[in-house]
Amino acid sequence: MTTGLFFTQLLNGLQLGVLLFLLSAGLTLVFGIMNVVNLAHGSLYMMGAYFAAAGFNAFDGSFLAAALFAVPGTLLLGLLIERIVLANLYQRDHLDQVLATFGLILFFNEVVRFVWGASSVYMNVPSWLSGTVNLFGLPYPSYRFAIIAVGLAVGVGLYALINRTRVGMLIRAGASNPDMVSALGVNIKGLNTLVFGLGAALAGLAGLMAGPIVSVQAGMGEPILILTLVVIVTGGIGSIRGAFYGALIVGIVDTIGRAFLPTLLRELFDRSVAQAVGPAIASMLIYLLMAAVLALKPQGLFPVKHG
Amino acid sequence: MNHLEITGLVKRFGGLLATDHVDLALARGEIHAVIGPNGAGKTTLINQLSGEILPDEGRIVFDGHDLTHEPPFRRAMAGLGRSFQITSVFNDFTVLQNVALAVQAHAGHSFRFWRPASGERTLTEPARAALAQVGLLERAHTPVAVLAHGERRQLEIAMVLATGAKCLLLDEPMAGMSPTESEAVVALLRKLKGEHTILLVEHDMDAVFALADRVTVLVYGRPIASGTPEQIRNHPEVREAYLGEEAH
Amino acid sequence: MASSAAARIFAIVLLAGLALVPALAAWLDQPFWVTLFTRILIFALAAMGLNLVLGFGAMVSFGHAMYLGIGAYAVGILSYHGVDNGVVQLGVALVVGALVALGVGAICLRTSGMAFIMITLAFAQMLFFLAVSLREYGGDDGMQLKGRSLLGPLDLNNPTLLYYLAYALLLAVLFGFWRLVHARFGMVLRGCRSNERRMASMGFATFRYKLSAYVISALVCVLAGMLMANLTRFVAPSYMAWTVSGELIVMIVLGGLGTLIGPIAGATALLLVEEALSSLKLGVPWLDNLINQHWLALIGIFIVLVVLVLKQGIYGWLVAKKP
Repeated sequence: MTTGLFFTQLLNGLQLGVLLFLLSAGLTLVFGIMNVVNLAHGSLYMMGAYFAAAGFNAFDGSFLAAALFAVPGTLLLGLLIERIVLANLYQRDHLDQVLATFGLILFFNEVVRFVWGASSVYMNVPSWLSGTVNLFGLPYPSYRFAIIAVGLAVGVGLYALINRTRVGMLIRAGASNPDMVSALGVNIKGLNTLVFGLGAALAGLAGLMAGPIVSVQAGMGEPILILTLVVIVTGGIGSIRGAFYGALIVGIVDTIGRAFLPTLLRELFDRSVAQAVGPAIASMLIYLLMAAVLALKPQGLFPVKHG
Repeated sequence: MNHLEITGLVKRFGGLLATDHVDLALARGEIHAVIGPNGAGKTTLINQLSGEILPDEGRIVFDGHDLTHEPPFRRAMAGLGRSFQITSVFNDFTVLQNVALAVQAHAGHSFRFWRPASGERTLTEPARAALAQVGLLERAHTPVAVLAHGERRQLEIAMVLATGAKCLLLDEPMAGMSPTESEAVVALLRKLKGEHTILLVEHDMDAVFALADRVTVLVYGRPIASGTPEQIRNHPEVREAYLGEEAH
Repeated sequence: MASSAAARIFAIVLLAGLALVPALAAWLDQPFWVTLFTRILIFALAAMGLNLVLGFGAMVSFGHAMYLGIGAYAVGILSYHGVDNGVVQLGVALVVGALVALGVGAICLRTSGMAFIMITLAFAQMLFFLAVSLREYGGDDGMQLKGRSLLGPLDLNNPTLLYYLAYALLLAVLFGFWRLVHARFGMVLRGCRSNERRMASMGFATFRYKLSAYVISALVCVLAGMLMANLTRFVAPSYMAWTVSGELIVMIVLGGLGTLIGPIAGATALLLVEEALSSLKLGVPWLDNLINQHWLALIGIFIVLVVLVLKQGIYGWLVAKKP
């Protein structure tokens, strides 16, 4: 294990974390303010990737086309879902929301299979990002670096939005005490639509950026969704800060764990044990982390204080 | 020894001091009323006594036991019962089932999986007794969902009684009741006095002055006066707190 | 459980119908029906198990499929190592299931609401990935079993016998739950569903009762998993896919949340609909093909509609009718 390899994996973990942050931020806001669980968030991510691939391939490898298809497309789709299905579920209990959005997941997975087929769709890394950048003497893929950069920029942007604007203040108030905000005469419906739209757009952005480096296929949303849920629960439901740190922690722990735990175990135990146990623990690592956090702090690491 | 002793209780919600160094002592068998304008922190006080909220400072000693940091169910097991200001009963069950469940909490463990609870006389007999005490016996098999508001408040009291609690924390038991209903509750509480210690939070001043041995007045979380009903009635600060309110 | 005459008749017809399936299948010379309905019984059993905490205890566990997996893998792994004795497999499965349920339940029950749902889902995923990483036992692809469990004189290779074993277990659990729900334990559970704050303020240590209910429901699912492994002679991580947990919830809600028969009705309805859609032949080729390939989309819409419209479920609706 060289420092170079470790550093590369660390960056990969950061990259995964940043993608998870884009998804968690939206989901945690929607849940924190509207008290709605939207399992179809993973489907929005998937649709973002598919829209991006469609645009990319239709316009001869144009990443711009991909972006124009993915982000507005997912935003629109998200708003449609919100109006048609979710709006009826705001007053219902969580079970109903979970079930209905579960139904949506099944539906979207099949739609995607119908339109694009069951096998993966491919989208290449845009040519202007296909090289490497030099980080402290270490070559790292430019594209992945770009993802990290964009993700951190979004993080800064969200921070500014939430903490420095009036809209952000309403969002924070809504996360802390939605009834009060409504009672104060704020256009809560408008705020809800804004928050939901923001979440959908972020999911679309994540799908766009993930397109070239993951397998774009039906069902790709669910593993990411579950990771996102782990992030939110570990970080604290409704908390953007929790989503940010949680996502980075989960991304890094998962990547480093998978890369180095089996090797580490091989150093400590004999080969056959490490072989059997290593990959198992590596894949369970973040869940064990989540369990540990919850055992000590059931509200998560950075819980929102409720008024 | 006082039945319930509260010393230096403090509770802050962010910048708001909801409970401001409250000292309160209840002698065994007395009815002690806590009154005050809205927002005075009366329900917050009861929530800290029953364990739903933990205080930031102070001590709660019940029957010699320090209960300050105990969860609600342990306090109930120690004999401290509470009723809720907003009726909090089991809407899916009948009146009798509600009270029987309260009895069940103190009738041994509930890891019984075979015998129907409705057939256990050890549960239904005390339940019926509690219902008779509050005057709800004829409604025993009525689903709670169809009860009138006043009846639901009566059920609240029956449930606290059925737990066998010796010290009752009653949070506005007469809220929303008609005068006749209130009179019935006053009569009931009068009968309970002596055997039970009661901390009564109420807005109904007639009831308070008819029942209470002592009254404490809470304003902005702080006790501004404590004494017999007569003393309180004539207390200048109390008059200002209430009359001052009316002037607005 | 107060129920109308219509509900009672429905329950009797359903249970009687299920009892007659092997005879009907033999008469129609369609052995496939026995396999299909054994699968229905297994899912009905699992759904009933989950219903104890979901319907009667208002604990929305989105991870109960993992107990199906534990039951199945107990049979699979032991069989792989030469231990075919059904009773031994049962013992191991129940012990492992109970330990896992105690651990997972103790952590999950410290949260509530949305967090509880997400955490149960996450734990199920954890076990799913654990199973995938067990290359020795087939990993992602799963593993064939050499044979069915040995249960003394009962030859589980006889499909009818396996069917009636599943049926008997279903009835036993149904009866046991019927007693439980009306006994002290059931009243506590239902009280927690109705108003947990009140339960605590009355003196109930709610945590231990909820955890116990969780463990019991998990063990019923473990039982179902063991039957599943025996039916298919196959174990795979897909038994623990989170979509399976979701389907169990759908069956419960479809049948009637918080009723005893509901899960059985829901499992039967959902699985029959899935079967019908995947082999539908309306005579219009492109439509048939579309539906046969993508019936899951219709199920998805169906679920959304059930939630939005038929909230009480089939049996729940019947129960609510005037007696």
